[in-house]
Amino acid sequence: MKRRSSDAIAVPIRGGIVATICAGILLGGAVSALGEDVDPLNGIQKYRDMLKDDNPAELSEMSGEALWTTPRGPRQATLEACDLGLGPGVIEGAYARLPRWFPDVARVQDIESRLVTCMTTLQGMTAEQATKDWTNPGSDLENLVTYVAGKSLGVPIDVPALHPREAELAAIGEVLFFRRAGPLDFACATCHSQDGRRIRLQDLPNFLDPESARGSMTTWPAYRVSQSAVWTMERRLIDCIRQMRQPEPEFGSELLIALQVWLQKQANGGAMAAPGMKR
Amino acid sequence: MKRLVVTGLVCAMSAAAVGADDDSGLGKQVEQVLRHSFTTATPAEWKTRLDQDEVQALCSLHHNSPPAAVSERIAKLSSATMRYPEDGKLSGDWKKGEKLASLGTGGHIGKIQPDRPGVRRGGNCYACHVLAPDEIDAGNIGPSLAGYGRRFANSPATARIVYEKIWNAQAFLPCTQMPRFGANGWLTPQEVADTVAFLLDPESPVNR
Repeated sequence: MKRRSSDAIAVPIRGGIVATICAGILLGGAVSALGEDVDPLNGIQKYRDMLKDDNPAELSEMSGEALWTTPRGPRQATLEACDLGLGPGVIEGAYARLPRWFPDVARVQDIESRLVTCMTTLQGMTAEQATKDWTNPGSDLENLVTYVAGKSLGVPIDVPALHPREAELAAIGEVLFFRRAGPLDFACATCHSQDGRRIRLQDLPNFLDPESARGSMTTWPAYRVSQSAVWTMERRLIDCIRQMRQPEPEFGSELLIALQVWLQKQANGGAMAAPGMKR
Repeated sequence: MKRLVVTGLVCAMSAAAVGADDDSGLGKQVEQVLRHSFTTATPAEWKTRLDQDEVQALCSLHHNSPPAAVSERIAKLSSATMRYPEDGKLSGDWKKGEKLASLGTGGHIGKIQPDRPGVRRGGNCYACHVLAPDEIDAGNIGPSLAGYGRRFANSPATARIVYEKIWNAQAFLPCTQMPRFGANGWLTPQEVADTVAFLLDPESPVNR
């Protein structure tokens, strides 16, 4: 079992029994722990310790594996021939090298958009079918992403962005990271460009610091206790943008790809430890 | 004449679209990515939530560390935005300010998790600042403001500076992370005054 110390809340799970966890009980416990504690950060640590043992994201991985290997769609095909960048059917280590340039579609794709390509080309689904309700807890895409990410456990993130379009998107992603807009003047950088910062009691990664960026990027997708759901990085980014009071970017849009290329580049070398578990 | 007007309009629009990133076409590429990514945003949403004003564009370009001349320009633009309550009272009701300080709702749009219609906009000061010392659920992106009112003489001059900082902090600290609550129309003049009272009133939990 691998654990990353840089992000105390992220807990990769392997081989453990998935206990039936009631998020409500955990949160209730956390509140009383906070109430008794003089030091709020110590209280948060207790809360995290309570979360350490079993990660409900393991259920998502199992569902994802079933989706990967079960014939589905109009063509009744599995996804086992899907090329995630390392050749047809190679899942091990693929997530750690995404987003990347895919010559067959002539664009840079992240895990979600690549899975949709495989679901449409191999299984004959429409893009609408493949992405239907993808933000709902337990969606097919969420489970597939979690399964694929889990197959990169321990693999260092390796997104050098050497292909010309990857390099362009990395540069665009950096500009977007600093791009302030909207009624509250927010950019990603507002909350994520300094060490040791929190919104309320929630720790914030600093994506200008490689070690902090690794702590974050290696632990998504993650089970979020507050949402009782697994969130992928795309989902995480869309919600950050919602909190910035900007409109929702489209699924698989270039803005989301560009941000992920830049973020992964910042986190290069970090050993994957997903699925994680977070507040 | 008509052609002139149209040309002028197009020039103004493209200047706004390119924003602050002028060289190497990167700014244009960013603009293209934005146009391709927010395909369902309405013209009003583009205007108020995605297009940048000059201050936003300058701070983005300089990664929030503007050189002196740009800093001066931002401070000047920001000072010009100040507006005050009609009754002239810059310190209002601290109890109302206390509510605004912990309220984090308002302004969320989209299909996935928008705010309920008519929900109130809050200042959400606790997201970034310690205020009342016994409220432990407080962030640290901004400085602690615990006991803030005890640091200064409780005078109209103090109230004015605090009011202006909340209205538009960039007049004092160009490219600060703090939202321009008044200048952006997020809080009303009265709400800003109530927040001033929460910070300065001796009875406020911030100062007890």
